[in-house]
Amino acid sequence: MAMAKVLVVTSGKGGVGKTTSTAALGAALAQSGKKVVVVDFDVGLRNLDLVMGAERRVVYDLINVVQGSAKLSQALIRDKRIDTLWLLPASQTRDKDALTEDGVARVINELRGKFDWVLCDSPAGIERGATLAMRYADTAVIVTNPEVSSVRDSDRIIGLLDSKTDRAEKGQSVEKHILITRYDAARAARGEMLNIEDVLEILSTPLLGIIPESEAVLRASNIGSPVTIGNVTSAPARAYHDAARRLQGEKIPMSIPNDRKGLFDKLFGRRAA
Amino acid sequence: MSLLNLFRRRGTAPVARERLQVLLAYERATRGQPNLLAILREEIMAVITKHVAVEQDNIQVRMDRRDNTSTIEIEVEIPNSSRAVFAAAS
Repeated sequence: MAMAKVLVVTSGKGGVGKTTSTAALGAALAQSGKKVVVVDFDVGLRNLDLVMGAERRVVYDLINVVQGSAKLSQALIRDKRIDTLWLLPASQTRDKDALTEDGVARVINELRGKFDWVLCDSPAGIERGATLAMRYADTAVIVTNPEVSSVRDSDRIIGLLDSKTDRAEKGQSVEKHILITRYDAARAARGEMLNIEDVLEILSTPLLGIIPESEAVLRASNIGSPVTIGNVTSAPARAYHDAARRLQGEKIPMSIPNDRKGLFDKLFGRRAA
Repeated sequence: MSLLNLFRRRGTAPVARERLQVLLAYERATRGQPNLLAILREEIMAVITKHVAVEQDNIQVRMDRRDNTSTIEIEVEIPNSSRAVFAAAS
């Protein structure tokens, strides 16, 4: 368990796909046999439980564990489909002030001892909730839509990852990856959408994957089954599975899976770092 | 016109890219620093209101950021009845 990795899924901007991506990447990593926990840091507005299909099984939450009113083992919910996947839900009734830095450090440390991957789903914004979610991260996935406001906010978040995290303060760095979501290749080709090279150049951060805009993502959250579990052959599921393999160090050529043709087209020749 | 058409055909993405590059260059340079223009504006306003009674509505503040310089324009509409205050102050 020495290789436990803490990964934050963050973005600054809301609605870009953090929770969807946390669930999809968590499920994909767990399917490769790794022991994975997805942790909801969006205290007061939890949604990861819903996207994971575990909303009716929440008894204790992150705040209870941080404050010591529940043990970690009581709050962790085991996925019914993949037995190496777990969820630590956020509280729906408390607010983010109930999270303390020391408390979060303690919980993250305990999770490090139990799992291979700890995926922290950050709330939107750059306030306390978001900075605590990234605080103890080794790796960050910055979810970005190819759109000006999302790219600007991602740049801001990168600034925080480089200054406000535990690793940054110790003079180390957080490994950063851009995950482009809601990508529409046709619109990008027509010059209506920022293209991927532009986004990567502006943010000067390597690419983890490109998740195409797809109905499969909405269908997945409707039924509470991460797209990488419920619809593995869909374009976004293939893109998330590739991204998960890249996170584990595999070199996989970058592509934008396509729903209609059902094959990997639009080869980019770019390799993820 | 032909230039405009050319841009239109290329779509709006190049404009987005351009705007982002300019904006982020500025934001990265000023990250973590106090906003000098905002401080200047506040202190200049404080000096003016110390000597002249002006309504908030009669104060126009404009800022413009260019590549190498920034400008701050403050336009204060001073009612004629404030002249006495001015004379007394000087």
